[in-house]
Amino acid sequence: MNTTYWSWERFFEALPIVLDGLWMTIFLTFASFAFALIVGFIWTLLRRIPIKPFNWIVTWSMEFIRSTPPLVQLFFIFFALPVIPVIGITLSPVQSAILGLGLHYSTYISEIYRSGIDSVGKGQWEAAKALNFSTMDKWKKIILPQAIPPTVPMLGNYLIILFKEVPLVSTITVSEILLLANTYGSRNFAYLEPLTIVGIIFLVLSYASAFLIKRLELRLNKRFDKNALAKSS
Amino acid sequence: MEVIPQVAKGLQVTITVLLASALLAYLLAFVAGLSKLSNNVLIRKATGVYVEIFRGTSLIVQLFWLYYAIPMLFGIQLGTNWWIGVIAIGLNYGAYLSEVVRSSIVAVDKGQSEAATALNMSSFQRMRLIIFPQAVRMMLPEFGNYTILILKSTSLVSLIGLHDVLYYGDIIRSTNASATPIVYGVILVFYFILALPLIWMTRKGEAIAKKGAASS
Repeated sequence: MNTTYWSWERFFEALPIVLDGLWMTIFLTFASFAFALIVGFIWTLLRRIPIKPFNWIVTWSMEFIRSTPPLVQLFFIFFALPVIPVIGITLSPVQSAILGLGLHYSTYISEIYRSGIDSVGKGQWEAAKALNFSTMDKWKKIILPQAIPPTVPMLGNYLIILFKEVPLVSTITVSEILLLANTYGSRNFAYLEPLTIVGIIFLVLSYASAFLIKRLELRLNKRFDKNALAKSS
Repeated sequence: MEVIPQVAKGLQVTITVLLASALLAYLLAFVAGLSKLSNNVLIRKATGVYVEIFRGTSLIVQLFWLYYAIPMLFGIQLGTNWWIGVIAIGLNYGAYLSEVVRSSIVAVDKGQSEAATALNMSSFQRMRLIIFPQAVRMMLPEFGNYTILILKSTSLVSLIGLHDVLYYGDIIRSTNASATPIVYGVILVFYFILALPLIWMTRKGEAIAKKGAASS
């Protein structure tokens, strides 16, 4: 059987075909991450509304989205949304992918925002009140400048996690690297080389970005420490 | 509402894959987590390669690789599709959880192991009686969180033809398109119900981890 074992010939034949999907993978990573950043912010705002039953609904909606599979959520958006009577809308595969992945990860992102806000010391809130800051000024000048820096590395880690989730959208026919690899595989009955290429692409890119995020974290820590020193003096 | 019993036929596969892959992941996590702390360079390096490869790529890619590529590369099957699903999910989350095990052991206060040494304990006793019980407490919340992630990832096994809840849902969808919203709605609720005890256990784990741990 000529399809068994590794073939460099097939490897180099499949390489450009699979790489064609790389831009789609990267685009979807950033697009759904941006969507998650925005929706995560909305979740965080909604959770701060101090009405008990409303709060309860928001918390459990987030819990529901977070603890059910993103794959099923993608299927719901892509297959079920268009058939729902009256409110149903049809989204393209790419739109469905951004909505599905973005919505799923928005619940995690919101948690990160919250931890950032919680990390701001109580004295800071009291000081803002004592100095008679408006709500807008309090957030803009006191809370957010201190809440955001420590969340940046965490957000970066979620960007990498999200990047590794993108191949899920091959199941709703988005032409990213995994779909192209599978197509090549089924056409030539040779999955080994294209799938290995996909694995290598992920390894290389996720390590490169993890390295960049670590450097960013170090730089932010330096700045953050300076701020902390200024605070204590 | 005949959708519910239809989809429920897949519960058995979803639950068995969840239990088996979670067990495999826990086992690998402790083996790899402790190997990472071994004095032997070779063991440390080999474990590092395993952890980095499985954390650096996607689970869905690993699953397809085991499913399609292994038979081509070695001319063997890893076993039934059920086993391929369990092995892929177990290997993936074992790699993530090994970092939890390793970092928890490292996080136990240094004074604890010094005290154990001062009490003339052997290194094995020190690990078993002093370090490990405290480290395990610290691991509990993360183990809970990762078990929820494992539950969510079991939905991938429908892609390699296993008959889980998502598989039965897809079958209904292909024959009766108008039922699609109900089908996927029911499946999401199924997963959420399965997740509820895990969410509860994670919160319990957080409470246990907070008290009586080493560093406090």
